Amino acid sequence: MSERSNLEWCEILAPPPDNAAITDLRIILVRGLRYGLTERDVTEADLEDFVQDALLKILRELASFRGEARFTTWAQKVAVRVALSELRRKRWRDVSLQDLLTRQADSDFTPAVLTDPTPNPEQKAVQGIMMDKIQYIIAEELTERQRQAMMAVMQGGMPLEEVAVRMGTNRNALYKLLHDARKRLQKRMMGEGLSPDEILAMFDEA
Amino acid sequence: MPSQSSVQSMMRAIAATRQIEIGCDECFEQLDRFVDLKIAGENVEEALPLVWQHLERCNDCREEFELLLSMLEAAAP
Repeated sequence: MSERSNLEWCEILAPPPDNAAITDLRIILVRGLRYGLTERDVTEADLEDFVQDALLKILRELASFRGEARFTTWAQKVAVRVALSELRRKRWRDVSLQDLLTRQADSDFTPAVLTDPTPNPEQKAVQGIMMDKIQYIIAEELTERQRQAMMAVMQGGMPLEEVAVRMGTNRNALYKLLHDARKRLQKRMMGEGLSPDEILAMFDEA
Repeated sequence: MPSQSSVQSMMRAIAATRQIEIGCDECFEQLDRFVDLKIAGENVEEALPLVWQHLERCNDCREEFELLLSMLEAAAP
């Protein structure tokens, strides 16, 4: 397979795209994803589907390639997004946001530190007070949407992309919502003289 | 109600919060350049600090970065 420059790729894939170039690109994408997804539960048919969807997306979005990286890197980036989005969708398809949040509320809430028989009682009490304080700050500072998103991502481990779908938004907007939430908490904590690093150290000592 | 481990994750995230952060779209736009620079041995933290910081904070984007990097490193001569 010949090495093409970015310009050559763009010219040869512009409508009507050259079949030989598409074949070459398909080989690059299949090889890359097959290697990258070795550890995951991905079949050859899945790989073919990912690559087919990625090729369509690449051809559709060719004009957005800015030429700041190698074309093949850009194309593989698109394929990575397609593949991981689909794998995330499959992995989380049976989990609703409500189930995830309810499960968390029902599960542990007692912090491990409060049930651990060994820690020193004074430290345990301080940690308990701090947990209450943090909960209070979260309840006061964040909107219901911010709280839900934060719990789903940080406690439930659900990918942003999947939380976004369930909340009727997109991943970028959800990141911004969470960024705003973090800034609010940071400001409030600073105002109250609470340092996140000190709180972390307090729990790490447990 | 947050669990202890999620409070710890939250504290780490709050400690790392900056007033200006890029979102996932902007990170994705620059990810190919970021990965090419990294493979070329450039200091990406200095070259594209906002992308680097975003990857530190966003699990979805970091997962995509790591997969793309592994694919390209495997293909590198």
